[in-house]
This record gives sequence, structure tokens and C-alpha cells, in this order.
Amino acid sequence: MAARTFTFRIERYDPDADGMPRTVDYDLEAGEGTTVLEALLRVQSEQDGSLAFRYACRGAVCGSCAMLINGDVALACRTQVHGLGTDVVTVGPVPNLPVIRDLVVDLGPFFEKDESVRPWLVPSGPDPERERLVKPDEWGEAEPYTNCILCASCYGACPVPARDPDYLGPAALAKHYRFLADPRDGADEDRLALVAGEHGVAACDVVWRCVRVCPKGVTPTKGILATRERLGEGEK
Amino acid sequence: MSEHTHHEILIVGGGLSGLRAAVAAHDAGRDVAVMSKVYPIRSHSGAAQGGVNASLGNHPEGEDDTWQRHAFDTIKGSDYLADQPRAEVLAREAPERVLEMEHWGAYFSRFEDGRIAQRPFGGAGFPRTCFAADRTGHHLLHTMWQQCLKRGIRFYHEWQLTDIAVDDGRTCGVVALHLPTGQLGEFGASVVILAGGGHGRIYSSTTNAYINTGSVTAAAYFAGARLEDMEFVQFHPTTLYGTNILISEGVRGEGGLLYNRDGRRFMGDYAPSVMELAPRDIVARAIRTEVLEGRGFEGEYVHLDIRHLGAETITTRLPGIRQIAMDFAGVDPIETPIPVQPGQHYSMGGVSSDENGQTDVEGLLAVGECSCVSVHGANRLGGNSLLETLVFGKRAGDRAVELLEDRGPSSGRSALARTILERSNAIEELIARDGGERQGAVRREMQELMTEHVGVYREKESLGRAVRGLLDLRERYESVRVDGMVRPLNYDLVDTLELGGMLELAYVTALGALHRTECRGSHWRTDHPGRDDANWMKHTMATLGPDGMPVVSYEDVIVTDYEPTERKY
Repeated sequence: MAARTFTFRIERYDPDADGMPRTVDYDLEAGEGTTVLEALLRVQSEQDGSLAFRYACRGAVCGSCAMLINGDVALACRTQVHGLGTDVVTVGPVPNLPVIRDLVVDLGPFFEKDESVRPWLVPSGPDPERERLVKPDEWGEAEPYTNCILCASCYGACPVPARDPDYLGPAALAKHYRFLADPRDGADEDRLALVAGEHGVAACDVVWRCVRVCPKGVTPTKGILATRERLGEGEK
Repeated sequence: MSEHTHHEILIVGGGLSGLRAAVAAHDAGRDVAVMSKVYPIRSHSGAAQGGVNASLGNHPEGEDDTWQRHAFDTIKGSDYLADQPRAEVLAREAPERVLEMEHWGAYFSRFEDGRIAQRPFGGAGFPRTCFAADRTGHHLLHTMWQQCLKRGIRFYHEWQLTDIAVDDGRTCGVVALHLPTGQLGEFGASVVILAGGGHGRIYSSTTNAYINTGSVTAAAYFAGARLEDMEFVQFHPTTLYGTNILISEGVRGEGGLLYNRDGRRFMGDYAPSVMELAPRDIVARAIRTEVLEGRGFEGEYVHLDIRHLGAETITTRLPGIRQIAMDFAGVDPIETPIPVQPGQHYSMGGVSSDENGQTDVEGLLAVGECSCVSVHGANRLGGNSLLETLVFGKRAGDRAVELLEDRGPSSGRSALARTILERSNAIEELIARDGGERQGAVRREMQELMTEHVGVYREKESLGRAVRGLLDLRERYESVRVDGMVRPLNYDLVDTLELGGMLELAYVTALGALHRTECRGSHWRTDHPGRDDANWMKHTMATLGPDGMPVVSYEDVIVTDYEPTERKY
């Protein structure tokens, strides 16, 4: 397998020392199959122990390592260095969230928005003794939305938060739709009210960027459009 | 600078065990908080794939299933090292805990009639494993997190436990490092529940996340708790060749077949009656034997073939596995077999605790993979670890509430103050160190030693090399240096702190393996063939001695209804 030298152009920022983020180049030889996460870990252990970034599972299930790689938001653990097609690889933090240091952003605002849509099941009736029966074809639209790992890739790729910081964003609205579409949930009216304001589904630009970057095949834009339709029905 | 907070019950670890304990304590009206070094949904529970066992009897071939059969399978699977009454608790409470997750909104795969689907798993007499495609852990973890949000449970995100404070034999809180600021904090608590997960990263080839360093287990050991059965390490038979990312047992449950280089379905030579669905230790040894005897591919792996299942089954039942194989090995299992090899997967050993989480230290409970109850004994059955988090998470939460009622609050402010001062001084000393090597080299050598010498097959001379090598690494650790003076998010500092604990856990593991002169479950000594019930129906216990070295002792396995017999499949 051919190993090649890549230049990792990494955005560094230390709020205590730097007025503005700066970029630092690290050259690294990377074999076929090397992921961006592995490359960053090698930079950290071989060249600069002060480089900060989040990671955990390295298998694209925990959602820790979303970042901006060559201009696109992606999970570093599932992005192959050789697959990027460039010798210089630019790496920066997820956009639309405040940077704590280097590639680590403050996820507080992101999680607050998730929480604001009341992301838990409100059952339509008392719990039965056994499981609620849901035939495989009755999940309808809900199932794909349950696969969201809250990595914030979609939030970073969305054009809206830059001009409307209060916009709930694609992840929270997808989570909202996950419960709206769940056949076991009985709180549709209350749920719809949560996203009916100007920072809710109405604020979406419908440019499908969230759908394009989602590492789990979730389709927030579709859920947002379906929610808009439900809201429209309510107005009649 | 530090901050001081106090809660009646503090839980360390935000995976399924910790969150389930938090829900139990909260629902009893108690003041509970959860501290985790990562956001709870990043926890490794979310990486569990194949499912969770409960004798629901939903499967057409499993209608006669009972919790007693589940308990028996668990005990037999443990190679009779499990404490039998505790394995019974696990199996008996399984249906209620799993159904509760459904009531709380977890997505589960369903049979046509709408009931929760179940699939066959290794070592189980009936199809008993409930699942949500091949992302069961993800769905359970997110559902549990949602239940915590609903209840408004207090969380301390990205706080790394450094020490458990003990005052006159009683737990009085913890000291932790706030990663985003680099500041130490004191957390007073009357009861502390440890739920820190496993320590697979003491090995180089592991399915575990980078975060599975056993930092919580090590802190318990340093605080005086005993470690139990650390030599029992589960090697999952099917991890992706190269990265060792988990390839679920569910793949074989759905009908996946194992082939060697000669195209032979070799499991017939090892477990003729159940073939690919033998327990994990047996399949892992079979694959290692095939590779060692020259019948593997590239001298490293075998093939896991699911092409015959067809695209429809693969995309609905195993979508995550397909994605992993494509992302990380460049193969689409619809068209090409998956290259797999055994890798470290689960720590059967851990902080010694009973069926309510109680450890040897008053006010200190442990639950989940960081604990050793022991229900898994020498080999855990697939689908029993997610179950363990639910059953014992709730029980530990309930027990913590009882402890509060029985004994009232602990104070221990001075012990906490002393603990934080000592930790603060140790960190300053570490940062001020000149020269010395970086922690990364020591860590890599430890991981390679463990993989090479304390793996699937073990033997005296090789284990001795591991023990001596680890002693040497412990010495080198004393002079490693930390990079960078930056305090916020100084991962080099965190890695260095964690490595100290990892070396202790690795040492206790290797030592226990060297002492145990028999084959039992995952512990296979080529120089001591056969299980030795006359001498080894015993748990290994390790305590930190006054000289800083572990003191090893033994305790009898609790045997009630199930006499140990030869374990055949």
C-alpha cells in the first residue's frame, strides 16, 4: 500500500493566547486506509501534544469527532485521508458553535436546542404489561430518524445558524420529527407548538446540506418539510 | 482553584449503567448527579450492536424459554465461574428491564405481529436476544439519555475522575478534572456509584473505544476496593481485520458463516452441534487455531460470509455492519466476505461487587463493565452486557437510596480537601518535570505486551515476560513528561494520568493469568490443559498492598443449583 506525505493544515486556537485562530501545518506520512482521526492522533502523539480534538469510538457511532475537513463537515474517524484527493488536508472545528480550543467546540447551545424539543416519548396511553405492538411497517417515517448520533455535523453544515443563532437547527428538528412520527407517541399537538415559531421549521432554507453530510443517513430536511405540512394542516 | 459541590448520590460514568442508576435514584426522590468524562451519548454503551437478552419467548422457536434457562445458559457460558444466585438475578429481572426500555421509547426490531423480535446468539439454548437492527446499544443509550433529560437529572459533562476520597473507611466524594478548563473540583457525596466501563485499551487489538481506559476501575483500586477476576478477558471472535472494530455476533445469529483459506467451514471441527453459534471464547480460539496452523488469510484472519443472506436481510437486519465493512475495510458484505480476527472486547473482571453493586468500601458501589458481580464468570455470553447495565444499574440506584436512608449523609470535607491537594500537587509535579520520555511510547509497549502475551492462548513463560515487562514499564512511567503547559483540554496530561492506572490494571491481569494454572472460559493455558474444579472454583481477588504492589487472594465461587459439568457445545 502506498504511503504518501500529506500536509495537515490545522486550525489552532487558544483563547488565552491567540486573538484569532491561526493555521499550523503538520507533515505526516499516511498509508492507505489511514483515517483523519488516526492522522490527528499521530500528530498529537508524535509532533504536538497540545493539539486538542474530541474522539471516542473511532467507529462512527459515538459522534464525537465531527469537524471541518477540506471544507466539508464530516466525522474524522470515517474519513480516509487518501480518499480526499488532495495533498494538503485542511482541518477546522465544526462551524456555527463557539470554539473552546483548536478543534473542540462548545456543544452547549447544540444540546440545549435538542433538549428544547422535549426529546422523549410521551406515550399515547398507559404502559401495557408487555411491549407496545408496532408492526414492522407501522414505524413509518420514524425509524431512520432514530439513528441520529447527535454529532452536530448537520448543524455545522447548515447555512441558517450563522444569521439566526436561535434557529433550532436540523438535528433538533430531526429529533422532533422522530417523536412526531413515532406511532407510540401521543403528544403531537404539544410537539407541533414547540417548532411553530420563527426559529423552528419555518426558518429552514431547504438546501439539503444537512442531509448530504449526515453520517447516519438521517434526512432532517425531509422531516422539517413533513412537519411544516402537519403545521399547515393545523391551520386549516 | 477549585469548586466544591455536594450531592447525596454521585454517579461516575454516563453510559447505560450510570444513567439507569441515576433514573432509579431520581425516581426515589433523591438528589443525584452524573459525572462523565464524555457527553453521556458518546459512551461506549452506544457501540453495542447485537442485542440484549431476555426470555420474552417472542420467537416461534423460543416460546418455551424461561428465565431459569437463561440463568443456566449464563452459568454454563461462564464456565461455572459465575456466582449462581447473581446470574439468576440477571436472568429473572431481564424481561421487566427490557420491556421498560420499550415503554420509554426505545426502537426495537419487531416480528410481523408487532412484538419485539429476537435472534439466536452464541451459547443460548433459545433465540433470546432482543435487538434494534445492529445498533441496539445506540438505541438503548439514547433512550436512557432521553429519560434523564425528561427528569432534569443534573450532569457534569467532561469531568474526568481522578480520585475517590475515603474518610475513615467510608466514601465521602470524588476529585475530578474539568477537561475544558483544566481545573480540579471536589464533589462531596454520601454514596458514589462507579459506572466507568471497561479497560480494553490496555490491549493493542481491541474493539473498545479510545476512552475505555479503566480510569474509574483504577481509581477504585487505589481507594482500597478489590479487583476481581481480572485475568478473564473476552476476545470477541469477529472483529474487523485491521481496525478491530466490532462485527456483531448478530451477524452469525442471522446466519453468517465462518470459512478458512481452504474454503472449509471450520467450526464443525470445534463445536459440531452449534457451529458458528458457540460461545465467544470457543469461536475465538477456533479462529486463532486456524490462523496459527496456517489456514488463515495473509496469516491473520478468516472470512465471515453473509452473502447467502441476500441484500434485503443485510440492509434491514445488519445495516450498521455493512456500513462499517464498507467504511473501514472497503468491502460490501453483500458481495464480499468480511475479513475478521479475534480482538479484546470485554473485561469480565472489575471492581468486586455484589448483586446490588456494593463494593468492599462503604458507600462505594460499582456497576456495569467496570464491576465484577460476578455474572459473566470466565466468559460472558453475547447480549448479557447490555442486560447487565439495565438490571444492575437499577439495583445499584435502588441500593444507593437505601444506604442513604440507613446511614444518613457523610461529611468527610477534610478527607476531600486532602485528596484534592494531593492530586493538585501530583499534577504540578508532573507538569514541571524536565526531560523523560512521552507517555505514548510506554502506553504502546504495554498494549503490545498484553496482546502478545496475555491473549487468547497463554502460557507460563510468556505470561512471565508480560509481568516482568509491565514492572519495567511501571518504572519508566515514573519519569514520563507531559507536553504543553496549556491547562484547558490538555489531553497529554489526561492520557498520562490514565496510563498510571492502566499499567496497574494490566499488571493485575497478567499476574492473575500467571497464577491461574487451568483452562476456564476465556483463560486458556496451553501448559495447563483442562478445567481444574478441585483447585480453581475460585475468584481471584487483588488488593493494593502497602508497598504499592497487588496482594492476591482467592474466594470461593457461589454455587447453588448448578453443579459444574463439562462444558460442551
